[in-house]
Amino acid sequence: MVTVVSYTARPRRLLQALLLLIAAALGVLTYALVGLGREGELPADLMTISIGAGVLIVVLQIAVMWRAPFADPVILPIGVLLNGIGIAMISSYDSAVNKFTAIHAEYAGRQELWTGVGVVLAVALMFALRDHRMLRRYTWIFAVSGAVLLLMPLVPFLTDEKYGSKIWINIAGYSFQPAELAKICIAIFFAGYLVSRRDTLALAGPKVLGIQLPRWSDFGPILGAWAFCIAILVFETDLGTALMFFGLFVAMLYVATDRLSWLVIGAVMFLPPAIFAATLLGHVRTRFTCWLDPLSRENFSSCEQIDRGLFGLANGGLLGKGPGGGRPDMVPFGHSDFIYTTLAEELGMIGAFAVLMLYMLLVQRALRAAVGISDGFGTLLAAGLGFVLALQVFVVVGGITRVIPLTGLTLPFLAAGGSSLVCNWIILALLVRMSDAARRPAARRVDADASASPRRPQEVAS
Amino acid sequence: MSELTILVLRIALVLGLWLFVVAVLLILRNDLFGTTVVNRGTKPDPRREQRPSADPAQAASLRTDPSVIATALVVTAGPLRGTTLTLGRTPVLIGRAPECTLVLDDDYASNRHARVFPQDDEWMVEDLGSTNGTLLSGTTIEGAVPFRPGAQVRIGRTEIELRRGPR
Repeated sequence: MVTVVSYTARPRRLLQALLLLIAAALGVLTYALVGLGREGELPADLMTISIGAGVLIVVLQIAVMWRAPFADPVILPIGVLLNGIGIAMISSYDSAVNKFTAIHAEYAGRQELWTGVGVVLAVALMFALRDHRMLRRYTWIFAVSGAVLLLMPLVPFLTDEKYGSKIWINIAGYSFQPAELAKICIAIFFAGYLVSRRDTLALAGPKVLGIQLPRWSDFGPILGAWAFCIAILVFETDLGTALMFFGLFVAMLYVATDRLSWLVIGAVMFLPPAIFAATLLGHVRTRFTCWLDPLSRENFSSCEQIDRGLFGLANGGLLGKGPGGGRPDMVPFGHSDFIYTTLAEELGMIGAFAVLMLYMLLVQRALRAAVGISDGFGTLLAAGLGFVLALQVFVVVGGITRVIPLTGLTLPFLAAGGSSLVCNWIILALLVRMSDAARRPAARRVDADASASPRRPQEVAS
Repeated sequence: MSELTILVLRIALVLGLWLFVVAVLLILRNDLFGTTVVNRGTKPDPRREQRPSADPAQAASLRTDPSVIATALVVTAGPLRGTTLTLGRTPVLIGRAPECTLVLDDDYASNRHARVFPQDDEWMVEDLGSTNGTLLSGTTIEGAVPFRPGAQVRIGRTEIELRRGPR
């Protein structure tokens, strides 16, 4: 005989405060060590940085205690630590470029500014969004916003073509990557759409060769969304983002339907665009060559970036050169696309693996919230957001270490780039909100439902 | 600052990163929550949640007053036999999904199999498009039908009876 037991999660707010403090301290320590390692003296703005970090963690802690008192205690500290290490590594790149080359680089300051913006937006979201299920009401609005955001770089007067990709827009002098925000919108859309269709997607439809195929009427809109994403991103020639959206799409379908057949269908759907891109698009063909054989004599010059990245990783070795001791200026885009080589060169394999562990823990917490949450929409959204983070880390680190062909994605929280950082903070706020819902004890859940959303759509009746 | 101090600080940084990871892992190790299906008869878990009702005072008075008539769902057959679920005024979802009020450990039940809800002073049972159907007193139901006290609903291998009486 079996019985069902419920465990209540403990809020652990004090532990979160402690972890936030340690995370901020480690970030500031890394920043200080970068100055000590490169110039032999503490950075001039160390005091400002410390105070800024202190203010941000106090704001985060208060916001969580006030608005999400049962939230997961480790999500925000991990975000703060990754962000802090990222700023330190970018400052290392800056100082190396300023010291060893004639170019002047100033990316760390911008990153600090964007961190502030990201944290403020995350806190605002925690206050504005009392219940993640409110997002489900706007499923189709998010679909349209995601589509518009993805289309924006194709608009002639907004576009800002850089490095062969039309994924940037330029508003009032600031470059922005709308695909980052679109990622969140599309995740919400998929979650809202799939939660109402998952039973028909999983059960109705013909069975071919032991694989349950969906009905065309269920499949159509999703296929449309997929084709839309892929088509736009091929026109914008950014395959990393296309891969990210496609992975999100397949993962969320799998979570929604619990059918392995979707992974098979996903792989089948992915092959034609991949083969097309690898054979017909010149720059993708180069990526493939550089993946398989970057160090040979004939490929060496065309694969310079990945080669330099590999030399950086080798220079770091097991223990690393210490913060401020590496030469990240030797690697093109050592502050953004190739921040991982900067990190691995300066902290070594041991430090880089610690950072990868942090990512794994963050993703695990997202998936844990997805399992614990009591509504299907929350499950799908948390799983989708967690999966996107994991996929980004895999694609970036895998590309740099030659596990897969290199594609241009950003490493969450580490890479320099305002849009990516701000969107990752928004994702973190959503995860905090959902983990709060997942861990809230049952009695309080009733109270919150009664007061927060009186006309919540009846989950049971749908 | 001397080379040695910097070296010590560098080692401290990497150690600190790993200690942070270990601290998080230790926190997560003690961080069990959610619903889980366990074998009955094993030792009762001290951390088992006492699910409080929305209003503790009202629940207490209901529990002690013998004149109050309460309606309950009683599982009479299947893996969960013996389980009782007192009905309040809110709908009850029955199925295998963890979000259900009555979570069945029954391979023949759907994730969200059936719903029991009050309507005009009587209880109704509704099939939620389950794979194997819901049977009320031996006949498969379509849509919502009244669920009278004493009637038996069969979901997969589970039989559920509606009982009315003093506590």
